[in-house]
Amino acid sequence: MQTLTEKLLARASSRGRVKPGEIVVVEPDVVLSHDNTAAISAIFQQLPHERLRYPERLAITLDHAVPPPTARHARNHARIREFVREQGIGNFFEAGRGICHQVLCEEGIVGPGMTLLGADSHSTHYGWLGAFSAGIGRSEVAALWATGQLWLRVPESIRITLAGKLSTGVTVKDLTIGMIGRLSSDGANYMAVEFEGDGIANLSPDSRAVLTNMMAEMGAKNACMAPDAATWRWLAETLSRTRPHDHKERLDVFRALALYPDSAADYAASHHIELDEIEPMVSCPDAVENALPLSAVARTPVDLGFIGTCTNGRLEDIAAAADIARGRRLRKRLLVIPASSLVLRDAAEAGYIADLIDAGATIGTPGCGPCMGVHLGVLAPGEVCISSANRNFRGRMGEPEAEIYLSNPAVVAASCVAGYLVHPADVTGGRPAAS
Amino acid sequence: MARTRHRVWKYGDSVNTDVIFPGKYTYTVDHDPAALARHALEDLDPGFAGSVEIGDVIVAGRNWGNGSSREQAVTCLLAAGVHAVIAKSFARIYYRNAINSGLLVIECPEIVDQVDSGDMIELDMEAAEIRCGGRRYPFPQLPEQVREIVEAGGIIAYVKKRS
Ligand code: SF4
Repeated sequence: MQTLTEKLLARASSRGRVKPGEIVVVEPDVVLSHDNTAAISAIFQQLPHERLRYPERLAITLDHAVPPPTARHARNHARIREFVREQGIGNFFEAGRGICHQVLCEEGIVGPGMTLLGADSHSTHYGWLGAFSAGIGRSEVAALWATGQLWLRVPESIRITLAGKLSTGVTVKDLTIGMIGRLSSDGANYMAVEFEGDGIANLSPDSRAVLTNMMAEMGAKNACMAPDAATWRWLAETLSRTRPHDHKERLDVFRALALYPDSAADYAASHHIELDEIEPMVSCPDAVENALPLSAVARTPVDLGFIGTCTNGRLEDIAAAADIARGRRLRKRLLVIPASSLVLRDAAEAGYIADLIDAGATIGTPGCGPCMGVHLGVLAPGEVCISSANRNFRGRMGEPEAEIYLSNPAVVAASCVAGYLVHPADVTGGRPAAS
Repeated sequence: MARTRHRVWKYGDSVNTDVIFPGKYTYTVDHDPAALARHALEDLDPGFAGSVEIGDVIVAGRNWGNGSSREQAVTCLLAAGVHAVIAKSFARIYYRNAINSGLLVIECPEIVDQVDSGDMIELDMEAAEIRCGGRRYPFPQLPEQVREIVEAGGIIAYVKKRS
């Protein structure tokens, strides 16, 4: 009897089965890096290996500082393009295509049953597709490039059962902030988090990714759930757009690889969450685990809002913001950065971008934007930002003297309308949308 | 290397990688050890970089190094001369990065509340224990396969050795 994580790691290490605590050597299907690729290639050069062991397994995106804000960042990108050419790497995604985690899902680089190791802490993301995925460091990535292999400790798994349905105005972001508040930032340290239960069927694909992405903030090694009908539908629709020539074959590969947990698998801990009991939540400065109900901090003044990132920069996030902004005037600055060019295109086609611009919002190039304090909207000392990102550590978005609150995108947009933290219903409720 | 003596820098719980090495430098400060060392713990303890000495150790609470996967949060401490980080627990990626870069990381929750900045401790790697104030604090040894990597001086040295 094995958990989904154990089955995925057994496959990745070519073993019949694996047990928590065991050290196994895995050969991942995909190795991810982004703007840090040049730094990793400098480490790779210290090795005697001139060529990559499996160039076809690398996936590289330019996303952390795009378009490059300084000549230094531009040189970094140029070095990465050079490396991609030299080594013949096919899965390379240019600046503007979007954030690594969103792009690799959209492009069908990772899918059910596969394993990804990434030089990025939110590499837990891909578990929403039924994959094993974990973040690792740069030297490890360089070693992986050279040998195709890396050691991993098989994690104990925590099972989280989701039951029922979220109430209107409540999102998976609120669920994850509440969970991290309760279980703390190391509540799942070194562990796998597996989601199951009838509540998952009620969660959109866009929001499932929030769940696995945010588990990085609980210290998890990986987070995952078994693929279901909605997963397959999303893959079929998305891949037919991004890979018109081979989407059917790619889906067949995923179907053959998909794995499911045994119902009697052993979990180190189990939690049960009734989705309709969740209320809007906010992470207060300077830690994600400083979680409070929105109602407890309502009317806290904010200077600006940010909607974007690999956590909450997808179409449904931008739709939620547009629904609030439509026909209203933002009192505070709102920066919206779609997670990918596909998201931007769909948001433009649906009219969301126009709604946001009319309300006074700024739209940025798909990528990480100011999430990690590099550029495109970093904060000044003393500024208070309400953000849909995943992290609010001191100095994360630029100045250490700035304050970052985290919430779902509707709360961000509503707070920019009101000028202070507010429940979206208090902005939209009862009033005609065009007032 | 039987027993070694170290001066302690003491920090609290949940120290994250953004305050160990600020994200704003991650793509501009990379390989220059002096520059890495200069920004170590910049947003946590502005006094650290100026007065840390080779061989000092950091003793911290739970979940040291949570947050980003940036390796500079490990290499900046190596560059600053830090010999080891001893903590109640480590964030997962930080722990891996430390092992794979050759920074000694020791999980020993019992000692953390017993020492303060400026105290001296003794480290005995063979016996896998820390000595301080007349008491001994044992800590768990790493698994065999992982110890080989640390002993080689990190994963790059390890891969080099085996290729
Ligand atoms: S959006 Fe933020 S959290 Fe996500 S990959 Fe980019 S920098 Fe990291």
